Amino acid sequence: MINITEVLETNKMIEQENLDVRTITMGINLLDCADSNLEVLCQNIYNKITGLAKNLVQTGEDISKEFGIPIVNKRISITPIALVGGTACKTPDDYVQIAKTLDKAAGELGVNFIGGYSAIVSKGMSRSDELLIRSIPKALACTERICSSINVGSTKTGINMDAVKLMGEIIKETAEMTKERDSLGCAKLVVLCNAPDDNPFMAGAFHGVSEPDAVINVGVSGPGVVKYALEQIRGKSFEVLCETIKRTAFKITRVGQLVAQEASRRLNVPFGIIDLSLAPTPAVGDSVAEILQEIGLEYPGAPGTTAALALLNDQVKKGGVMASSYVGGLSGAFIPVSEDQGMIDAVVAGALTIEKLEAMTCVCSVGLDMISIPGSTSAATISGMIADESAIGMVNQKTTAVRIIPVVGKEVGDTVEFGGLLGYAPVMPVNRFSCEAFVNRGGRIPAPIHSFKN
Amino acid sequence: MVNKAIITVVGKDTVGIIAQVCTYLAENKVNILDISQTIVQEYFTMMMIVDMTKLEKPFEQAVSELTNIGSGIGVQIKCQREEIFDKMHRI
Repeated sequence: MINITEVLETNKMIEQENLDVRTITMGINLLDCADSNLEVLCQNIYNKITGLAKNLVQTGEDISKEFGIPIVNKRISITPIALVGGTACKTPDDYVQIAKTLDKAAGELGVNFIGGYSAIVSKGMSRSDELLIRSIPKALACTERICSSINVGSTKTGINMDAVKLMGEIIKETAEMTKERDSLGCAKLVVLCNAPDDNPFMAGAFHGVSEPDAVINVGVSGPGVVKYALEQIRGKSFEVLCETIKRTAFKITRVGQLVAQEASRRLNVPFGIIDLSLAPTPAVGDSVAEILQEIGLEYPGAPGTTAALALLNDQVKKGGVMASSYVGGLSGAFIPVSEDQGMIDAVVAGALTIEKLEAMTCVCSVGLDMISIPGSTSAATISGMIADESAIGMVNQKTTAVRIIPVVGKEVGDTVEFGGLLGYAPVMPVNRFSCEAFVNRGGRIPAPIHSFKN
Repeated sequence: MVNKAIITVVGKDTVGIIAQVCTYLAENKVNILDISQTIVQEYFTMMMIVDMTKLEKPFEQAVSELTNIGSGIGVQIKCQREEIFDKMHRI
């Protein structure tokens, strides 16, 4: 039988160490909504989403209350819209129409984000993919809850450099169209390599074509819990360090598994996966950077950071895998800058640069995430950064992503405020040398030799 | 559906905490299976394992009512389904 120490430990994690379930994300397949008439298509999409997810928010709140565990976000991911809108959409504005429909559905349901305004163009762009991509700046400017992601490469296909070039321009354009709000649109736009089909976390969530009609994916969190556990073992060996992280990750993940199974049962939608990620928020004590400091670094960015992050990421997976029947999504440590107070402090202290963050993305689960850069940065430079991240993902057979915000009118030294979970960020300097000739070559980078495993 | 739940009471020790909680449970046909109590850093800390099979109102309502009783006495009362502790601490 459960004893009082265990009960108090769990409640302490929740109350003092920010343990929460970060998101219950319902994946919804929209392929059967396709129609050649745009009005009909939008109506189908609206009906399907509001029908399947009508109890999502209420169910999340019920579970939260009964178990006494906060469930921060209730969200929806959908089939990449470029696959759904192909026959109906003839112009980028037609796609914007779909974006508005999605925004309306999300508002009606009370979910804070809907992800899947997406296209998978890792080898080439179809006409509808390109129309969707070109519609992104306007779609993000005129909606509140849409998240957009574009997959530009994979280990199996190589990197679509035409798409990489285009996305540099689209990010700039999105920044320009949302400049009144510190280019906020770019915070909801991510460029991925090796994007998973079942990621519950925004902005990169979409419901891949390999998925069933509807599915429940859950993202757990809890950097504060790991940090607290590590405070108890200061100065101990790596063996003790790794064991502690693993044990903590196991406990966190078990809560996620319980919530996922309950949500799946109550909504009568199959359980998909648990995403074992340490996802920070701007709240004090909910920071991945603070874990790195607890491991022994003065600031993230100091020599040793990549090694510390590598072991953290690996131990989180090792602990989490045993705690859940199905693991997927991104599963690892997130290192966004603006969403993590410790990362912000490290940037302000001069400890953390974009180049070091790039190195860190080789060993963690995502990429250059929520980084503000000067608004004067060229589209080609942004494309160069996307190409670098994609190459890391492609060669290492992992997901990488770029979510950077070239804030219009801001320069290095300025600070940008996004608000809420998106936080705030100091504008970081970018390498000023040109990669224009490289980006303008056109075509694609072939898949690496180790991808040929057949 | 809801079967076992864990009730925790944490706060400054005062007269009648257990009495008030138990009266509420009795009125709502909640059976107490186990009680353990300790003082952690001068704070009264109690845990009850209860059976809620015969509870006649929604579980969430009992959670809210217990929270309110706690606010009245000046202690924190939580009522949570047992599974969250079971899952986290047992393989």
